[in-house]
Formats: sequence, structure tokens, C-alpha cells
Amino acid sequence: MIRIRDLTKVYNSASGPVKALDGINLDIEKGDIFGIIGLSGAGKSTLLRCINLLEKPTSGSIEIDGVEMTSLSPRELKEMRKKIGMIFQHFNLLSSRTVWGNVAFPLEIAGFDRKAIDEKVSKLLELVGLSDKAKAYPSQLSGGQKQRVGIARALACDPTVLLCDEATSALDPETTLSILKLLKDINEKLGITMVVVTHEMNVIKQICNKVAVIERSRVVEQGTTFEVFSRPKTQTARNFLKSVLINEIPEELKTKIKALNGNLAEGRVVKIGFFGETTGKPILSEVVKKYDVNANILFGNIDHIQGVPFGTLVVQFEGKNGTADRALGHLRELGLDVEVMEIG
Amino acid sequence: MAETARLLWSATVESIYMVAVSVVIASLFGIPLGILLYSTDRGRILEKDWLNKILGVIVNIFRSIPFVILLIMLIPFTRWLVGKTIGTTAAIVPLSVAAIPFMGRITESALREVDRGVIEAAQAMGASPLQVITKVLIPEALPSIAAGITITAINLVGYSAMAGVIGGGGLGDLAVRYGYQRFMLDITLYTVAILVVMVQLIQVLGDLVVKHLSRHR
Ligand SMILES: Nc1ncnc2c1ncn2[C@@H]1O[C@H](COP(=O)(O)OP(=O)(O)O)[C@@H](O)[C@H]1O
Ligand SMILES: [Mg+2]
Repeated sequence: MIRIRDLTKVYNSASGPVKALDGINLDIEKGDIFGIIGLSGAGKSTLLRCINLLEKPTSGSIEIDGVEMTSLSPRELKEMRKKIGMIFQHFNLLSSRTVWGNVAFPLEIAGFDRKAIDEKVSKLLELVGLSDKAKAYPSQLSGGQKQRVGIARALACDPTVLLCDEATSALDPETTLSILKLLKDINEKLGITMVVVTHEMNVIKQICNKVAVIERSRVVEQGTTFEVFSRPKTQTARNFLKSVLINEIPEELKTKIKALNGNLAEGRVVKIGFFGETTGKPILSEVVKKYDVNANILFGNIDHIQGVPFGTLVVQFEGKNGTADRALGHLRELGLDVEVMEIG
Repeated sequence: MAETARLLWSATVESIYMVAVSVVIASLFGIPLGILLYSTDRGRILEKDWLNKILGVIVNIFRSIPFVILLIMLIPFTRWLVGKTIGTTAAIVPLSVAAIPFMGRITESALREVDRGVIEAAQAMGASPLQVITKVLIPEALPSIAAGITITAINLVGYSAMAGVIGGGGLGDLAVRYGYQRFMLDITLYTVAILVVMVQLIQVLGDLVVKHLSRHR
């Protein structure tokens, strides 16, 4: 539903041209929560702002539901923008208006009458859980409450797309989770497509079904969140993953494995990555029985991404006459990532 | 004594009249001018470089002419506009002309204080430039604009006394005709005292309005 092709954006700054986007191609499907992650200055905000043409692309195409955004007249663009909600890192609420007034704002702009506005605003405030704050001013709200107002405001004209630029980056971890949960609920309830720009992998992990990694103005990796989490292709993706997955083997364990490797005549210490459906099956015990090996779990961690289990185990296999190696071969055939740990 | 009081009273009323009307006219023209200066600037909602440059030059020219000289230069214009060149009503013309560009600059800088993010949010919702001006810029900048009107009014108190010198009436005129030309030092002192009180009152009143407008921020 959002099709981005060969999108390029060059800023003409005082110190010369800056290429903020360089040949971006993305397909975002209806109902997706599409994450865009990258380090500061990578071009994430520029990409997001090109979608609703807050930034005019230098070249390339942006199609939303078959409408080419770059060729709209100013009037058509205004109409189109009413169907694209946006929320911001710093909320960008009107300090001169109450919570109620802020949510009513886009409806006033769209020309709804008083009665329709009143009805819609109370519904929206209920949706975001702020009915009791209707008369409060933004200065009287916490960050999380402000973002809830921002979300209610963005949903006022029943958008089909919601653009989120670092929507939780100014919030504490607990509030971040509650806002992410609200976004996820809205996505499920209303089927709104969301584009979520962030520099925090946790945000991607919590709510996104797809993710694109952007680095130095280019998309360097993209896929389902599960794909990127389980088999990251770029170092950038791996670095981001470090912050959310406890994949790193503790130092003490490495020392221990080193000692084990010294003593192990016919054994292996392996790191096994479990993804998806394999996690639920008793694979390890099957292998132990079938190949008559001993399995000693040294380290383990299981997480969930998009409701799919995902984990790492460090296991010491012992067996005679090459049975350990055959057991490993079997695990590989089942589609598990098996890595023999050569430490020391 | 009663005669002095009567003179002071009518001069005070004249001064208040000149300042009040000039403030209203300066706001009526100066605020839209400020909006235009702001919104046609580079990177703003109605970016128009040439218009911005022309307005900027005109505003700067008027602001660099000393008020006494402006008073004299505007005599033909005043005669054409109000049919006379002497008296309080005639004085309102140069007072307003001097205050409009000042109010314009003050409004411009008040609007610049409005968070770009808020303007952008409105644009992202499909607001037109006019809607951004009426529903975002002005409400958000209102406390600063009110503070600007206060400063303009205080400046106009000083200018109105100067306008009196060329027969504009009001406290300045009184001080010159009686205090200076007839050596009535007490009249001069009284006018100064009244001007001080006027400025204080405007400031206190302005501060109250600004405080009220920004009570939720
Ligand atoms: N208005 C602008 N003018 C000039 N350069 C800009 C502008 N906005 C962003 N940039 C530059 O474009 C690059 C990408 O910026 P941005 O999209 O904000 O990155 P991110 O959101 O990933 O931190 C940066 O190098 C930034 O300095
Ligand atoms: Mg950014």
C-alpha cells in the first residue's frame, strides 16, 4: 500500500549538498507495523517525512494506495494528508489548547461541525485512556500522557497510515512499553498501517512485523522482524540486536568452555540458535536418544519476537565414535543454527 | 491651582487618546505586517524571498528615521489624510506610522518563537497556510504579541510627548508651552510625574494580560 521507489533526497545546506536518502526502495503492506531503524543521522526522519511530503523528495516515487504523492497539487496533498496521521518525539502539541482542543484541532481543519467534533473527540480520548484529562493543558501532563494526546490527534480523521518519528524516544522504559502497547492495539483494532522510525531495537522487537535497517542514507537490510532478528546480514543489524538479545556468552562461561575443550576427547561445545516452531519441539532429547550422546546445557536464553519463540542455547555434547558430530549434523538438518565453539 | 489641574487633566486625556488610538492602529497594521514578514521568510509557510526582502527594507527605512524627522516628513501625508496638521488627531498619524514597523518586527520575532514542530504537525494534518496562521501561530504566540503591544504602547507614550512639540497637544505640548516657554517649572514636573505613572500603569496592565494568557504554559 506504500510503495517507495528510488527515493532520493538531497538537502542544500550552507556547507554544500547533503544526500540524506540515496535510492530507497520499500514496500509497506496494509496492516504492517513497519520499523525503520538506524543510527542518528542515517536519514530515518527524512524518509518518514518524505512519505507525507513534509520534505519534498529530490527524485523517486512514493505511492500510497495507488496515489503518487509527488505529483499531487497542494489542494490534493492537503486532502491526502488528512488520511496520514503523524506522531512525534516531542509530541508537538499546541500549548494554547487543552487536551480536548488538541484532539479537536485536525477535525476543525478538516471542517467537521461542532457536534461531530465533540463525539469524535470523546471517543478518541476514551481510546487512549485520557477521558479524565480532557480539560488539562499539555503543560500539566506527563510525557506518556502527551504522547497519548498526540496519538488521539493523529487518529482523529480516521487515517489509513500512521507515521511515528521516534515516538517513544523521549519516554522512560515503562511508559515506552505502554505507548507501544497502545500502538499495537490500535493497529490490531483499526487495521492502520504504521511506519515506525526509531533508533531503539526494543521498539522493533515489541511491535514491528517488518523492519528495514537504514545506514548512511541507504536501506542496507530489510525483511520480517523475525528474519532480521534470527539471521541478521549486516554488522549494523547485529549491533542493534546486541541491545535486545542476550546472545553474548558470559566471559566466565567462555573460560569454563576453554577448560572443557582441553579435556574433551570426543565432545563438542556448540551454540544452537532456535527459531520459531523448532523451539516448541523436544529436539534435544530426541537427538540425545537417537545418537546416544550426553547433552549438558551450559547457557540458555529464550525470547519472543512477534509471538514467535527465539532462543540461544550453549550445549556440551559428549559421545563416542563421532556420535557427537552426527548429532550436530542432525540438528543442522532440522534447520537450526549450530555453531561449534572454538574458544581458546 | 484649579487652572493648573484643569490643564493637566485635559492634556492627560489627550495623551491617553493619542496613545490608545495609535496602539490600536499600530496593532491593526503591525501584526499583519509581522505575520507577512515571518511567513514569507526563507523556510517558512509562505516563503517569498522577494516580498520578504522588499518588506524588510521598507520596515528598516522607517525604523531608522528619527521620530522628530518623521514627524516633519509626514506633514503633507497627515494633511491629506485628516485634513489638518495640528492637534491630537493629526498627531496620531505619525505616531501610528512610527509604531507600525516596530510592531511588525516585534510580531515577527514573537512568531519565530513558535516551535517549528507544532507548525509541522499542523501541516502534516493538512492545514493550509491560513489555518496555520490563525489556528497555530497567533494563538501560540499570543502572550509574546501581548508583551510586544505593551512595549509599543510605552514607546508611544514617549513619542506622543515628542509629537506635542509640533503642536500635537497632550502632556508634551503642555510641558513645552507652559513649562518651557512660560517658565512654569511646576507644570513640567507634573507632566513628567504623570508620564511616569502612565508608563507604570501600562507595564503593570500589560504584565497582567501576558500572565493571564500564559497561565497554562
Ligand atoms: N533541513 C535539513 N537541512 C540540511 N540537512 C539536513 C536537514 N535535515 C536533515 N539533514 C541531514 O540529513 C541527514 C539525515 O537526517 P535525518 O533524516 O534527520 O536522520 P535521522 O532521523 O536518522 O537521525 C543528516 O546528515 C542531517 O544532518
Ligand atoms: Mg530523526
